[in-house]
Amino acid sequence: MSNVLIVAEQFDGKLRKASLHALGAGQQLAARTGGALHVALLGHGIAEAARGLAGFGATVHVADHPALAHGLAEAAAPVVVQIARDCGATLVGAAATAAGKDLLPRAAALLGAGMATEVLGLGGAGPAILFRRPMWAGNVVAEVEITTPVKVFTVRPTEFAPAAAGAAGEVRAVAVGIDAAALRTRSVDFQVVKSERPELTEARVVVSGGRGTKGDFKAVEALADALGGAVGASRAAVDAGWAPNDWQVGQTGKVVAPELYVAAGISGAIQHVAGMKGSRVIVAVNKDPEAPIFQVADYGLVADLFQVLPALAERVKASR
Amino acid sequence: MPLKILVTAKRVEDPESKIRVKPDGSGIVTDGVNYKMNPFDEIAVEEALRLREAHGGEVVVAAIGGEKQQTELRAALAMGADRAILVRHDGPLDALVVSALLAKVCEQERPDLALLGKQSIDDDQNQAGQYLAARLGWPQATFASKSESLESEAEQKKLPGVVVAAGGKSARVVREADGGLQTLEVQLPAVVTVDLRLNKPRFASLPGIMKAKKKELKELAAASLGVDLAPAVVVRSLAEPPRRKGGVKVADVDELWKKLHEEAKVL
Ligand SMILES: Cc1cc2nc3c(=O)[nH]c(=O)nc-3n(C[C@H](O)[C@H](O)[C@H](O)COP(=O)(O)OP(=O)(O)OC[C@H]3O[C@@H](n4cnc5c(N)ncnc54)[C@H](O)[C@@H]3O)c2cc1C
Repeated sequence: MSNVLIVAEQFDGKLRKASLHALGAGQQLAARTGGALHVALLGHGIAEAARGLAGFGATVHVADHPALAHGLAEAAAPVVVQIARDCGATLVGAAATAAGKDLLPRAAALLGAGMATEVLGLGGAGPAILFRRPMWAGNVVAEVEITTPVKVFTVRPTEFAPAAAGAAGEVRAVAVGIDAAALRTRSVDFQVVKSERPELTEARVVVSGGRGTKGDFKAVEALADALGGAVGASRAAVDAGWAPNDWQVGQTGKVVAPELYVAAGISGAIQHVAGMKGSRVIVAVNKDPEAPIFQVADYGLVADLFQVLPALAERVKASR
Repeated sequence: MPLKILVTAKRVEDPESKIRVKPDGSGIVTDGVNYKMNPFDEIAVEEALRLREAHGGEVVVAAIGGEKQQTELRAALAMGADRAILVRHDGPLDALVVSALLAKVCEQERPDLALLGKQSIDDDQNQAGQYLAARLGWPQATFASKSESLESEAEQKKLPGVVVAAGGKSARVVREADGGLQTLEVQLPAVVTVDLRLNKPRFASLPGIMKAKKKELKELAAASLGVDLAPAVVVRSLAEPPRRKGGVKVADVDELWKKLHEEAKVL
């Protein structure tokens, strides 16, 4: 058996959209290898989220257990291993979210598997898969081969189309035998970053601010709101405490690919560009005409962001 | 309770250096490239030192690599680590090999905490800490951060972000999760991988650099550790990604609006 298992994610009982992109990658792999597609969902009280995984031609494995409620890798990794073995999976993947990057390497180690992180595309021929992935902050794209019998990967959601509709797929409950008392990890608290705005990685428009905002994100946020978009930030702005961690776009933050990305007061360091260069249209607003951001921007405006952003927001509102 | 901490300090290409691929795709051009300690490992070393300052104990810095890797181990010693272990190995590595070697070092050293950067900025894999935790059967807390910003008072006072309980049995770690900050409590020994917002690493002082020269740097031959050294994740070829073409400069907001509305049709 050489099947494909995608580990889906939910948060608070809601399926994460990124998982449907990972499932899309799973469909491609199943088509390439001729294997069957399986998808697993782990958590507690996840029946509704599990229903969202039906209809993609995959067998759905639902592992519902109180010890899986907080996404602890220590608890979840053995369950992923159990499901992978049960369904004969030789390709085990997930979305390259923080949760996927936490869990999948631990599961890979338990499976004795090599792993490719943040896969951008699939190379090779037929069932011999090569994984294309970024290295050196996206300066380089490597084609890697994994030689262990089981191969583990995470995919960058923006690089794979969401799963196409398919057969309903059987739903199976997984018998989870976790000894909760033996776990040596406990979730103590979760401070949710609440936002009325769309999720950064799913927004049609992202407006990001950098050090050039000097700590005043009001103009950035107002433009994002006028456009119904999400707000992002450079590392410099997050490090300074002007924006939550969760807003960081880049090599080590979120990777976004919206229809429109506006970079305001951001110089365009390679580590930032790595997280937004897949955007369809990039606008840069920067006072420095030599700023490297202009090398990747479709439209550049050499000006003060505090003048440009409010004026642009006005134009947007006036056009409604 | 004094803590024994094992921390990694990998040698990587300087993030400021321009990375180009050799014409035949077999590797990167190394001419003119500078090397330094992986920036995430610098944060891990800083955290280890703050924990030692708060609790006492010992900071052992480890790395796997060739002779040149000594430079980054010395850099960690100059920051204040107590001694260093270089697992000598030339040739490609993957997380399976790295974690197997580091697990051997952990078995010998028996640290309370293994601190690693969350990823190394050359291969950007973000795997070694998680693999290590799995191999050792230890709990893991990845992407350690803190609630306070890097401009906060807590940071100015150089307090550790990882909070080890009195008695040294457990640690609390604030970590960057999807959609917020999660606080985990892990029983020690544990593996913690660190993210950018945990701390601002210190620079080595001149006396620190002088002292580092005399600190112990032990070498172990990787081949002597009974580990399969053949990587299973093999890079077949490298290429430069398609470049985005720079566009045009616009004169003012009116022109920008027109372009976005009429040409790009995005607004
Ligand atoms: C290991 C590592 C990982 C990293 N990961 C990331 C990452 O994930 N994401 C990320 O963003 N960075 C990352 N960085 C940091 C990156 O290298 C840059 O330091 C950072 O992106 C700079 O942020 P910035 O552009 O906001 O600040 P700066 O580089 O200081 O640029 C500020 C810009 O604002 C302009 N400006 C100032 N005032 C105004 C004004 N009134 N109007 C218009 N323009 C103005 C200036 O001309 C300047 O170009 C990483 C670095 C390392 C070493």
